[in-house]
Amino acid sequence: MYAYDEIDRTLVNERVSEFRDQVKRRLSGELTEDEFKILRLQNGVYLQLHAYMFRVAIPYGTLATNQLRALAHVARKYDRSYGHFTTRQNIQFNWIKLAELPDALEDLARVGIHAMQTSGNNMRNVTSDQWAGVAPGEIEDPRIWSELIRQHTTLHPEFSFLPRKFKIAITASDHDRAAIKIHDIGLKLIKNEKGETGFEVLVGGGLGRTPFIGKTIKHFVHGRDILSYIEAILRVYNQYGRRDNIYKARIKILVHELGIEKFSREVEEEWQHIRNSSLQIDDEVIEDIRSRFTYPAYEKLPHMPDELRQAAADADFEVWRKNSVAPHKVQGYSIVTISLKPIGAPPGDATADQMDALADLADKYSFGEIRVGHEQNLALPHVAKRDLPALWKALDKLGLATPNVNLITDIIACPGLDYCSLANARSIPIAQELTRRFANHELANLIGRLHINISGCINACGHHHVGHIGILGVEKNGEEVYQITIGGRADEGAALGNLIGPGVKFDEVADVIEDVVEAYLALRERPEELFIDTVKRLGVEPFKERVYATR
Amino acid sequence: MPLVNGGKIADDSFVKLAVDTPLPESGDVLVPAERFIAEADALLKRTGKVGVIWPNNRDIDELVPYLGRIAAVALVFPTFRDGRAYSQARLLRERYNYRGELRATGQILRDQFVFMLRAGFDSFEVKKQADAEAFMQTAKRYSVFYQPTGDGRITALHRRMQLRHSEGVGT
Ligand code: HEM
Ligand code: SF4
Repeated sequence: MYAYDEIDRTLVNERVSEFRDQVKRRLSGELTEDEFKILRLQNGVYLQLHAYMFRVAIPYGTLATNQLRALAHVARKYDRSYGHFTTRQNIQFNWIKLAELPDALEDLARVGIHAMQTSGNNMRNVTSDQWAGVAPGEIEDPRIWSELIRQHTTLHPEFSFLPRKFKIAITASDHDRAAIKIHDIGLKLIKNEKGETGFEVLVGGGLGRTPFIGKTIKHFVHGRDILSYIEAILRVYNQYGRRDNIYKARIKILVHELGIEKFSREVEEEWQHIRNSSLQIDDEVIEDIRSRFTYPAYEKLPHMPDELRQAAADADFEVWRKNSVAPHKVQGYSIVTISLKPIGAPPGDATADQMDALADLADKYSFGEIRVGHEQNLALPHVAKRDLPALWKALDKLGLATPNVNLITDIIACPGLDYCSLANARSIPIAQELTRRFANHELANLIGRLHINISGCINACGHHHVGHIGILGVEKNGEEVYQITIGGRADEGAALGNLIGPGVKFDEVADVIEDVVEAYLALRERPEELFIDTVKRLGVEPFKERVYATR
Repeated sequence: MPLVNGGKIADDSFVKLAVDTPLPESGDVLVPAERFIAEADALLKRTGKVGVIWPNNRDIDELVPYLGRIAAVALVFPTFRDGRAYSQARLLRERYNYRGELRATGQILRDQFVFMLRAGFDSFEVKKQADAEAFMQTAKRYSVFYQPTGDGRITALHRRMQLRHSEGVGT
């Protein structure tokens, strides 16, 4: 965990008081809606279909239990007792009153949580691997660098009014759980031949209307230079990024229009001017941040405790364990993923009571720490293996032990027409129907790892382009129509999916997905060949034939 | 539009010239970039200060050779959501060591003052009278800054280092 000190707390409080003043000026009419819009967005406040929506940052996905309880409190006091965890390591509240927002922010500030720059054309919440610090084989904890960058990009005086939003993600593992290739800047922590820490830097990834996979702009930037290098990228983007057309304003378009070589020359030139400035970070600074991350006092525990051996007789426990428990870098411990995708429910929702109860469980079994992942699930990062059976029982009582992580019902979905004012189609009901269709665990398990991602419009909040199966809602002659892509992925092998044919109606989506899955089961070479690999081997055609032959 | 200069509401000594307004005999003038580049010699020879209004999509490098001889650079925020002039300001101050008046013009609201001060602006043509009056109070809104910029304010990272060292010395 990272501990805020007095300096960080002061900044957050100053921000809350500024926003309180801005809300007051808006309510009195001193600020027009047009003026206020940008200011509220910079504080995570959207005006949605039914009410104001409030988006709170969870930097690099790490939460302490008192912070989770504060989120539960906000849900209960200012909203309708639930929150929605999103693909951006944020939580959104959908029914909040503008006049109460400053109070909600103040309540969160007490535990070091804020909503700064969770929206608007500035640098957004820095995201990272939800298993950071505990994943076996990572180079080092990427959150140390995430925190450095979080600080640097917070209220940055040059980059708070960029052409468009800007997202940075960091991973330190070969298996990329942070989706760095679909971010404006993706950073992969690596070591060079001399054993020095640095980054491979990718730029220009992003989804939305014009999706791109990020390209490597530099194979190695030393850790001490990472802030100046990011600053150089942003300065080039701020000056040359398009502002004439919001659909073309993201950095991915600039990189695409200039070409990565020309873009990187511009960045290089800018960087040479600033790399030896005060932006250079010395070891002492990074050590200071490192020292403010605390790690659990792990015990020396056996690899296979008796409790686990005994629980193995319980078939339901075993199903959950196989699905939701991952190896930890410390012997005797595990990482437990908590599915927020129960059958028939909106993906990513958690009630205030669930949040409080989870906080209690995290105190009891995970050294007071919770993680939020971009798949809209939570995780307990430090669970002793001997506690797994007891934890499972407790989670099950809360409705949080659905054993479907990474299976077909672990669906990522944006809010769509149910909440979002930009939507063309519903997302949540499609997700709900699909979870019912594939509710049978045996079937889901037989299918294996398969990610379905759903967006209610071209903006791609549900990451549909990078779903193994992607579902995009569009509007055609006043009707909701869904386009289906296959073959996308968001990990280290990131790729955009391909369309399998014409769009289908709302009522047909689940049938079509069933057809796609049946086609896969018939086409795969062996049971171990994952959906995504079969698509890679065979392309779209056989799936298209199967789905459209009978339609 | 009220002008805030040196932290206070002030009179504007500069007269803004259009591209084709005849040049007055004396007095301070603020001229558009294209006219300044075309008539720099004539402008700089007369008595009275010269300032230039530099658009946010024109390369600041063009202005660099004149920086030692001009009294003011006015950068433009066509809307407050267009942040290009922040980069221009920092380049002028931090890379080219420009020390004259650096003025923010366009849609300038109190909510940008802190960002602008940090980027190096010291003069502001403010859109609303109430915002101009709130300048001092708004400018002091923040006491913590995370990034090093040319305004020389100490960053959070370095403040922590100092605290740590002073503790170290004491014990
Ligand atoms: C309900 C209110 C929301 C609104 C109005 C909204 C708006 C938008 C817009 C306009 C874009 C396109 C930006 C662009 O490409 O330039 C976008 C992209 C995105 N949004 Fe949302 N969104 C909302 C909710 C969400 C939620 C709930 C999530 C997560 C589940 C989310 C995550 C994302 C992501 C990951 C992208 C893709 C970014 C990229 O292009 O790389 N948004 N959103
Ligand atoms: S993808 Fe479209 S419908 Fe879904 S949340 Fe984003 S903007 Fe709204």
